[in-house]
Amino acid sequence: MFNPISFAFKKAKSENRPALLTYTVAGDSSKKQSLEILKSISKKVDILEIGVPHNTPVADGSQIQTSSYRAIKNGIKVNDIFKIVKDFKKFDKNKPIILMGYYNMIFQYGENEFLKKCKISGVNGLIVVDLPWPENKKFATKCKKKSIFFIQLLSPTTSKSRLKKIINDSHEMIYFISMLSTTGGKLKVSSQEIMSNYDKIKKVNSKKNVVIGFGITEKTIKSLKKADGLVVGSAICKEITNSIKKSQNPVTNVYNVVNRLKNKIK
Amino acid sequence: MKLKKGIPVIDQGNKLGFWGGKFGGNFVPETLKKPIEDLEILFNKLKKDNKFINERDKYFKNWVGSPTRFIKLENLTKHVGGAQIWSKVVSDANGGAHKIYNATVHCLLAKRSGKKIICGDTGAGYAGKMLSMAAKKFGLKCKIFMGAKDIQRQQPNVKAMKKNGAEVIPVYSGSQTLVDAVSECMRYWVANCDKVAMCVGSTVGPAIFVRICGWSTSQISRELKIQLINEFGSVPKKLKLYNCVGGGSSSFGFWNEFMDYDKKQCEFIGVEAGGPAKSKKHAAPLTYGSKIGILHGAAQYVNQNTDGQIEETESISAGLDYPGVSPLHCFLKDTKRARYTAASDEEALNAYKLVTKFEKLRPSLEPSHAFSVAIADSKKLSKDTIVVVNSCGDAYKDRGILEKRLGKKYV
Repeated sequence: MFNPISFAFKKAKSENRPALLTYTVAGDSSKKQSLEILKSISKKVDILEIGVPHNTPVADGSQIQTSSYRAIKNGIKVNDIFKIVKDFKKFDKNKPIILMGYYNMIFQYGENEFLKKCKISGVNGLIVVDLPWPENKKFATKCKKKSIFFIQLLSPTTSKSRLKKIINDSHEMIYFISMLSTTGGKLKVSSQEIMSNYDKIKKVNSKKNVVIGFGITEKTIKSLKKADGLVVGSAICKEITNSIKKSQNPVTNVYNVVNRLKNKIK
Repeated sequence: MKLKKGIPVIDQGNKLGFWGGKFGGNFVPETLKKPIEDLEILFNKLKKDNKFINERDKYFKNWVGSPTRFIKLENLTKHVGGAQIWSKVVSDANGGAHKIYNATVHCLLAKRSGKKIICGDTGAGYAGKMLSMAAKKFGLKCKIFMGAKDIQRQQPNVKAMKKNGAEVIPVYSGSQTLVDAVSECMRYWVANCDKVAMCVGSTVGPAIFVRICGWSTSQISRELKIQLINEFGSVPKKLKLYNCVGGGSSSFGFWNEFMDYDKKQCEFIGVEAGGPAKSKKHAAPLTYGSKIGILHGAAQYVNQNTDGQIEETESISAGLDYPGVSPLHCFLKDTKRARYTAASDEEALNAYKLVTKFEKLRPSLEPSHAFSVAIADSKKLSKDTIVVVNSCGDAYKDRGILEKRLGKKYV
């Protein structure tokens, strides 16, 4: 299946650098502004992850929680998120977009209906934080039929035998959680240790594009640049929060952060 | 969907942990898969291990104080003038509520797994208080997550936790009540599951926690069955068991041993928190037909909006103030083994007034919900019907609320 996510990794590889993935919450701090942020960082970023905010997130740290609550408070609905994606794709139709969220939102929308809407609006991949393997097998198959990547997550606690099975069932992209933490935790393990876990995944199947997320900031990104891709989320959400506090423009500030991140891995 | 006979309900889930094929499960981040699997292996082994069962029973008997009393509420029965009203005084248990059973078992499991720290959530503060007691007893470090709003309204239990050496961590996110405390506790476990054991305070959460909690609180019905036989010679022909339902740990434990009886002989009535009479908010997903959704790792009936955002609840009783409910109760509802209804804040307060007026019993606001429905039903029931209400908590923790709502003489 053709998916622009694969192309994004290829392009990054040809430039001898990891793909840069950003995570921002849809509707943070408003529907309009979250779209503006996506547009402004688009040319610096290889793949855009858009968070579907949920009000009982069991894997998110305080930064993403704050962004999520702000977006929900401002009235974001699932349909608005599809609209944001659609509007963004009018602006840059080739930039891959991944939605990341919790399963209840998909469950309430209806799996089939949700995927239909993903397809129409231009979503290229899905990360469902609380739908682990093997529970996600059926849904992952449905995604594949629509040429949408279902992105499996791996963690340092994933056992060796489980790792193999998950990789075997995964699509072209895999998300490796760097450490035992919620999102935005301080990187509490060395980059060597993370990369050695990363290598174990690549050894099972070198063709899969493996991105590393959790704890990646301007300070830590460079040390992990050998990975296929790196995800920065909380650091960006934090920038939005700080910009609001200081009455500055989040769009400009987020662009600057992303620009600096990109320069560190060039 | 069918309830099987001869198999404990906690073991009736399928391979993926779903009861009736759709309630429960493990909707958890990948990081938690391993610690959950480890806990499953440990629990499945130990629950068949006589040495472990003996150890549990020893602590239940000598430390928790088993059995708790089973008493007839003579004056209340006379006043109501219908069914015989009895109570299983589970608040006799060490610490003053049923939460001690689950806390004790989790600490025993943590010891076996070699973990030195245990974390837990709490709403009314009982789960936290009992976990802090058990942790102290078994030499574990203890962290309790509690909503900031609950910390304010359940001060006696907060003080008790701190006295037991637990660290009480206030949770300021969302509605600042139990739902957020559970989320924060799970997040803490995600980040520390290599060193820390987690105790979920009710029959909620990923399937293994539902099972461990239900297994632990079933002590209540094991005792009750013996007490009924001692009192009546056999399990009465018309028996009705009333229990409040928040997460559903005490009610499940109160009913478990009677599961295989015909419901015509042994009926289960679960009473949820209807919230203030004038408010639209409630904590009664079973009564008011909430849709199935995912909360804290399990599929269940849960208060939510059409998008799937979990809705805020409202109840005078912190222990029942939870938007979801145990997958076990969803299963018992859909198989029609139990019936569920709700009592409002005001009805619970009136029941508390009535019970304390006639009896030397001070049920907390949670069981007062159950008393409310039991008393109303009893009026219409025959004198040979045995109504038993689980008085699963003591009102000591509620004195601030009771004084404010009913005046000093009720405290």
